[in-house]
Amino acid sequence: MELGLDVTERNGYAVLAVFGEVDVYTAPHFRERLIELVSEGKHQIVVDLEGVDFLDSTGLGVLVGGLKRLRSHDGDLSLVCTQSRILKVFEITGLTKVFAIHDSVDAAVAP
Amino acid sequence: MAGQVVELEIPARAEFVSLARLLVSAMASSDTLLPDDRIDDLKIAVSEACTNAIEAYGGVDSVERVLVRCHAHDNRLEVDVEDRADGFDPSALPDHPPVTDPDRLKFERGLGIPLIRALVDEVEFSSSGGGTAVRIVMWHSDSIGNGRVGG
Repeated sequence: MELGLDVTERNGYAVLAVFGEVDVYTAPHFRERLIELVSEGKHQIVVDLEGVDFLDSTGLGVLVGGLKRLRSHDGDLSLVCTQSRILKVFEITGLTKVFAIHDSVDAAVAP
Repeated sequence: MAGQVVELEIPARAEFVSLARLLVSAMASSDTLLPDDRIDDLKIAVSEACTNAIEAYGGVDSVERVLVRCHAHDNRLEVDVEDRADGFDPSALPDHPPVTDPDRLKFERGLGIPLIRALVDEVEFSSSGGGTAVRIVMWHSDSIGNGRVGG
């Protein structure tokens, strides 16, 4: 099981598009990529979850850790997600109040 | 087919959790009347239970095993996830700060069991020094409100 991670630049944001299943096996790869981006000075990050087929609490942990890291650099991490099955885990855990969640990358990187 | 039981014993390693999800998804799709969104809920719950079991063994190269057993009844699907690690007290888990509290970001872990509890119809944790067993029950939608009798 591979996790796809593609990074593009949009309006000064690093957009990290995630593809596949995020679980205890793939989450470390996801976490490392986020940490690399922060280390490269990318402090405004959008994580696009539209290509994610599955996400459990290990994926939530990576995102919470990424947000904490970015906030310590006065940065931010927002999400793109319209899939109800993925949004559900954010709603149950209350993390919809922690992350800005957008309908599209365009909306996430809008000035 | 009602009454069918399928067991899968996976090595206690992260790469095998997707196999457990595949099993419960296939079983739920073919042998139950659970709708797709409930099957998605079940997959997350089983993934969380397997992850906890693997982490309970504490080693990335553990030679230990995790047992996943699916039992399709007429009106429900039961999934057991069992390990033989040291066990834990699910009632002793710390509460997270409210999501509006900045300290909430200090907690990257500990969301698995709350997710299981929220996503499935019933869950029971049995834990001792000899291991942990998690029983997850998903009722068919037409059984809810009918006394959940039989099976």
